[in-house]
Amino acid sequence: MVRIAIVGLGKMGLSHLSMIRVHPDVQVAGICDTSKYLVDMLGKNTGLTAFTDFETMLQKVNPDAVIIATPSRFHADQVRTAIEHGQHVFCEKPLSLNYLDAVSLASLAERKGLTNQVGYHYRFVGAFQEVKRLLEQGAIGTVNHVLAEAYGPVVLRPKGTSWRTHKEEGGGCLYDYAAHPVNLLNWYFGMPDQVSGAVIDSVFSKDTDDEVYGTFRYVNGPSAQLSVNWSDESCRKMTVKITAWGTAGRIYADRQECQVYLRDTGHAPSGYVKGWNIRYTTELTKPVWFYLRGEEYSAQLDYFVRCIGSNESTNINSFASAAETDRVLAMLLSDAQQETAPTESTREPVKSALFRR
Amino acid sequence: MDKLLFGDNQFFGVNHMSEEKARMQAIRFQDIRAVFDVLDAAYAEGIKTFMCTTHDRVAEICEHVRTNSQNYSGFQFYPCMPYAHKYANAATEDGMIGAIRRFTPQTGLLNAAIRGGVSLATKDIEGITTLLIDAEMTMFHGLITPVIFLQNVVTDLLLGLGLKRAFRTFADHVRDRYQAEPGFITMNLPMLLDALEEVGVENPIVSSSINKIGFRMSGGIEAYERALRERRFRAVAMSVFASGAIPAKEALSWVCSHPNIESIVFGASSRSNIRSTRQLVDDYWHKSRTPR
Repeated sequence: MVRIAIVGLGKMGLSHLSMIRVHPDVQVAGICDTSKYLVDMLGKNTGLTAFTDFETMLQKVNPDAVIIATPSRFHADQVRTAIEHGQHVFCEKPLSLNYLDAVSLASLAERKGLTNQVGYHYRFVGAFQEVKRLLEQGAIGTVNHVLAEAYGPVVLRPKGTSWRTHKEEGGGCLYDYAAHPVNLLNWYFGMPDQVSGAVIDSVFSKDTDDEVYGTFRYVNGPSAQLSVNWSDESCRKMTVKITAWGTAGRIYADRQECQVYLRDTGHAPSGYVKGWNIRYTTELTKPVWFYLRGEEYSAQLDYFVRCIGSNESTNINSFASAAETDRVLAMLLSDAQQETAPTESTREPVKSALFRR
Repeated sequence: MDKLLFGDNQFFGVNHMSEEKARMQAIRFQDIRAVFDVLDAAYAEGIKTFMCTTHDRVAEICEHVRTNSQNYSGFQFYPCMPYAHKYANAATEDGMIGAIRRFTPQTGLLNAAIRGGVSLATKDIEGITTLLIDAEMTMFHGLITPVIFLQNVVTDLLLGLGLKRAFRTFADHVRDRYQAEPGFITMNLPMLLDALEEVGVENPIVSSSINKIGFRMSGGIEAYERALRERRFRAVAMSVFASGAIPAKEALSWVCSHPNIESIVFGASSRSNIRSTRQLVDDYWHKSRTPR
């Protein structure tokens, strides 16, 4: 039985609490949020031990592990505190707003031999796992280009009072939305060697960004384009898509399905044929003990609990991998700040030998 | 409850199989008259119960049925509440407590409690639950709503959190205020049945995925089959085709062969599909329930 405490009971925290409380191998040791009303209500109605101060909770209940789902700017300090207390940590994404903090947290957790995981749940979506499997098998040959997209209807007017609407608290499309497709690109291709053409702009928000675009280059790898916009009302909910073109075919995936076109190379993976292949979520998804909002959310928590049991150190979504995602977000920010607004003059295209295959 | 209930996913761009299909459906049903046409086709096939989310566009359907009541004799709604995206988006903008405050009155005990940071224990769950039910039910005034469902995302959130009392509050309020039967939609049927029993919601109407491949049947297909055989509840099967992964005949013959399923909810966009589903269900239902 793993004793888990949870801090931050917003949208993600409440949903994590709901899933983990009924996990057969978990006991919830304590819950914590700065909203006294919320924790008081939950405590009185569920019997869970409630706190409004994180460190007090850690001292009083001394859990085996902690789930951190507070606003992003608190992550780094709280993760460090928990690790120093000797607790395994599952932290919501992004791990940190400063990638150097994320790197140091990764090495700290590793030194202490503690399980560390970040909530990039798309790596637990069957269709995106299938993309990973197919790319590793070289199913579409040498990949030359990738398009990583995320769209959704989050900010449709210049209003809002929560931390998610404030840049300095880690709110905004970059950390909240773009982090996901960036994390998938990192999973598939590793760190990009160059980020350019970054655009991080507001559509409606007063204090943060609503759209993120950029071009990634990988030495001896593909080029990739990132296109993210959370002010897109035409999407009913968040939609993440990956399209990869290679010398032997094309892969398209979203949460629902994986569509693969394979050229006739004679090397189709088992179960695949030349031409179109469609794999739906119904066949790509494994059942979970409890379903709340998508199998992937349950699956990542179950994985975390199992990693604690097994002392796994190179787990999926480790701090080290999340730190790489934070680093790419920093590269995007830095490039966007350098990019100048377009003028009448046109620039000469620059060709780099670096990226010739 | 009728054997077949008509669902609404197809009308609102919800398709668990394909985002392309979802978009095509959203385009097709953008004009609300296209929705009326399909509802009329279902009605003509004898399917007179519309199990629907409390989506803004359902308010238009309600208005249409009220205005043309002479054409909809016996037509009934099974509202499924809340339309969760509305509240999720509010929480993104204003946080959890901000969202609760946005949808509850600015005066009174509950508001004072939130501001004061002290919970009223069971009282605030009652307060929030009943206020939200009443707000969501406004669009159905003057219409027949014999069963009112709690949507799975809320049912399962409460179930996981252990806020089981809210189920009882929901059931009591739906019975007292709307003279309707409470229903619960869930993706975790076996676990929910235990919770409902614990808080004294007897012989509940519960809608859950029930399909041959066990898709979205958390707790496992065997536990579901056991519940259908052994537990006292009124089952409404949904996702019987598992988003199209199971061919219609195979899917319906499997579902109809199970005991104690009172209704099947399904969605369709054409009269021919509605008819063929009705015919298959008539056929298999009759066969499986005729003593051999």
